[in-house]
Amino acid sequence: MRFLSKLLVAVLLLVGAAITLPGGSAGSVLGGSTAWAADEGAGRTPVPHPAHGKGDHCVMPTEFMRRNHMLMMYAHRQDVLVEGIRTTKFNISGCVNCHAVKGEDGQPVSFDDPKHFCRTCHTYAAVQIDCFECHNSKPQASDKSAAKSDDLGADGADAAKMAAFLRETKK
Amino acid sequence: MAQIKFQQLTSASPTFWMLVLAHVVIVAAGLSAALYMETNGHHVTGMTNQIVWGTPHVFAVFLIVSASGALNVASVSSVFSRLAYKPFARLSGILAISLLAGGLAVLVLDLGRPDRLLVAMTTYNFRSIFAWNIYLYTGFMAIVLAYLFSMMDRRVSKMTAVNKTLGWTAFSWRLILTTGTGSIFGFLVARDAVYGGVMAPLFIASSLVYGLAFTVLVLLMMSIETHETLCTREMISKFRGLLIIFSLTVLFLTAILHVSKIYAAPTRAVEAFILRDGGVYPLLFWGGQVFLGNILPLLMLGYMPRAHSKRNTLGLASILFLVGGLAQMYVVILGTQAFPLNIFPGYEVSSTFGDGAFNPYSPSLPEILLGLSGISIAMLIATAAFRLLPFLPHGVPVDAHGVAQEPEEEVAEAGAAA
Amino acid sequence: MSSCSGGDEKAGMDRRGLLQSAGAFAATILAPGVTLYAFGGGEAEAFQARPPEEPASSRQRWGLLIDLNKCSTGCNACVTACKDYNGWQDTGRADIDPQWIRKVTLKDPQTGVERSAPVMCQHCASPPCVDVCPTGASMKRADGIVLVNKHVCIGCRYCMMACPYKARSFIHEDESDQKVNNPSGKGTVEGCTLCVDRIDAGQRPACVEACAKEGGALIFGDLKDPQSEISQALRKLPSKKLRADLGVDPGVQYANLT
Ligand code: SF4
Ligand code: SF4
Repeated sequence: MRFLSKLLVAVLLLVGAAITLPGGSAGSVLGGSTAWAADEGAGRTPVPHPAHGKGDHCVMPTEFMRRNHMLMMYAHRQDVLVEGIRTTKFNISGCVNCHAVKGEDGQPVSFDDPKHFCRTCHTYAAVQIDCFECHNSKPQASDKSAAKSDDLGADGADAAKMAAFLRETKK
Repeated sequence: MAQIKFQQLTSASPTFWMLVLAHVVIVAAGLSAALYMETNGHHVTGMTNQIVWGTPHVFAVFLIVSASGALNVASVSSVFSRLAYKPFARLSGILAISLLAGGLAVLVLDLGRPDRLLVAMTTYNFRSIFAWNIYLYTGFMAIVLAYLFSMMDRRVSKMTAVNKTLGWTAFSWRLILTTGTGSIFGFLVARDAVYGGVMAPLFIASSLVYGLAFTVLVLLMMSIETHETLCTREMISKFRGLLIIFSLTVLFLTAILHVSKIYAAPTRAVEAFILRDGGVYPLLFWGGQVFLGNILPLLMLGYMPRAHSKRNTLGLASILFLVGGLAQMYVVILGTQAFPLNIFPGYEVSSTFGDGAFNPYSPSLPEILLGLSGISIAMLIATAAFRLLPFLPHGVPVDAHGVAQEPEEEVAEAGAAA
Repeated sequence: MSSCSGGDEKAGMDRRGLLQSAGAFAATILAPGVTLYAFGGGEAEAFQARPPEEPASSRQRWGLLIDLNKCSTGCNACVTACKDYNGWQDTGRADIDPQWIRKVTLKDPQTGVERSAPVMCQHCASPPCVDVCPTGASMKRADGIVLVNKHVCIGCRYCMMACPYKARSFIHEDESDQKVNNPSGKGTVEGCTLCVDRIDAGQRPACVEACAKEGGALIFGDLKDPQSEISQALRKLPSKKLRADLGVDPGVQYANLT
């Protein structure tokens, strides 16, 4: 009786800790560049250095991508699949193509490899992703959906609009 | 009316702990089976693209149906004001919750993506009977918990109105719940074997049998543990009567289901398959569901022998009812899928995708373990509850020969109240 | 631990506006011709596709007409083309193989005459799979194409129980090297998409293209457009919907099936 209730409390505590801790650390990592830099300074867990993508810049400014890529991908997947809107700028295959990381054999690595672009940060932040359960994590030769890098000048107004929108939806 | 006294389970006998251990082992095996199935994919099970629901679903649906039936005793006591059932109301409530939890656990662990449980709980399709069921199940748990609280809290239990309202809500909810579960199958337009409105009442009747059988077995088990007779002679005869009525209803509705389908030309072929030609399915139907699961226990209960072995007869009959229930679910869930879909009526069809062919299925070990673990999960939850809070009634102490010392006048009095 | 598969719908309202403006932005940069090329891998357009930033609309309903007189028993071209294009493969165990499209051999018990019919998702107007799906993963697009949104599919297989045509497959094993146009993974359900990505790029489904080179039994088009090839053919050929008695109103019809 006593024992059982104690056990119950212990289990609840453990579950609670398991739920809050990784989420908390993920939150601080995604919280912004200041936290990012501070972590590096403190030199605790090695901070990931994801490889640079092709071209000069991403489909949106890097800072913006860091915080919002998941929301953008979420919105885009609804658009493409549910609505049938076929704009290609935010396709996941675009991410995979531009950010391909070559392995020892000179071939692009898959998500199974710790060097995979997405994996570097996600392992660090302990945020599990589902994308590559179904999507291919390696660039496909046949795929022409990714926009070319010189097409991708995201002007300030555009980014500001999107930032405002995403803040709206986060609430 | 005398105050009913309740007790917690305090026993620490080796048998008790052995039983608990056995359940823990089965649950562990079931969880590892689920993990194994999820990491490898469902190709390690007997399920295929033709037989998409297998043994786990047999157990899961069986447990969920039993859960709504288990609440029956509580409903009888508060909705129909039968005082004799009142001591068992708490037990029946907690048993309902445990069985439901066990069934749902199996259902969830068998999903292709159990990790997306959160999606299932946050994204609803309001037209899906399956999604209604998610509401029905969670609502059921909440209502039964409130109902239990109203029975067990010192102050609230005195407020008859509250108790009664909650009793009624729980009662109607459980009827809707089982209707929902039955309709999961009854709404499948394309599946000749189960499509139709009779599935809902059939599931309700079945739920009464299974639920009561579970209640009786738990009571008998706990009588051993507490060294008291929780199931008095009077209750035995009441339970016996109820089981007979419920079981006859199940037989009657089953007969309606099959006769009406034999009568209609398009469904005659599937009936021939399930009742005569389908190999394991007719065997399970006639031998399992009809004979072992209904006729035999009915005969046993009908000719109950001398007084002191009544308890054993009732226990045995309950076990048979449950075995019959599993057989029934197996026939309903797997028989339906084993029979080929009729896509081109009037043609003999064949293809690389099993068109026109009877689909073979044999349960795999992980599936069986996962299914069984559902029962064990339910039993562990119930046991933990019995130890934590006073769910069990006080019974009549037994003497050295294991014979209950039932004072005659108490029986008479309670009988009059009922 | 957070997961990216959350099914939060509240973003839905403004989202379209946002990404549309972003899409319009992209379209101003990419010439229209380039955009089309981006989808189609170089194949010619069979009909006018919508602009990419425009959602599918209910002004169209895509459908297929299958003329059994032109479909031969030995031919498997549509199945092979679908496999190639969408990347589903044999697993080595027939009973767990996915099968988006299959050839069913029909034998008349009286005459003994054999014929053959391809069967795929019938893209029902009242699809039972969509009705039963607990999460809404099974969905019907505005233009009548029935799809599985694998982002929210939990793999319960209720849709497979409900589908009258056995049109869906559950993925039993890990997948790798999926096609870009058909992401696919263990534990979810999939089925014929009518090559939705090709349709959005103005091309006919892969099976129809392949069949055109063989018997020409498959006609694809917009059922709501009276001038379309399929509507004209439907007016001429006596055709049937499979299991019309169930009232699910398939978008796929069979001519000369008697
Ligand atoms: S054929 Fe089956 S999977 Fe396709 S829309 Fe109809 S019910 Fe759904
Ligand atoms: S398997 Fe997926 S698509 Fe099918 S009913 Fe379940 S959640 Fe919906």
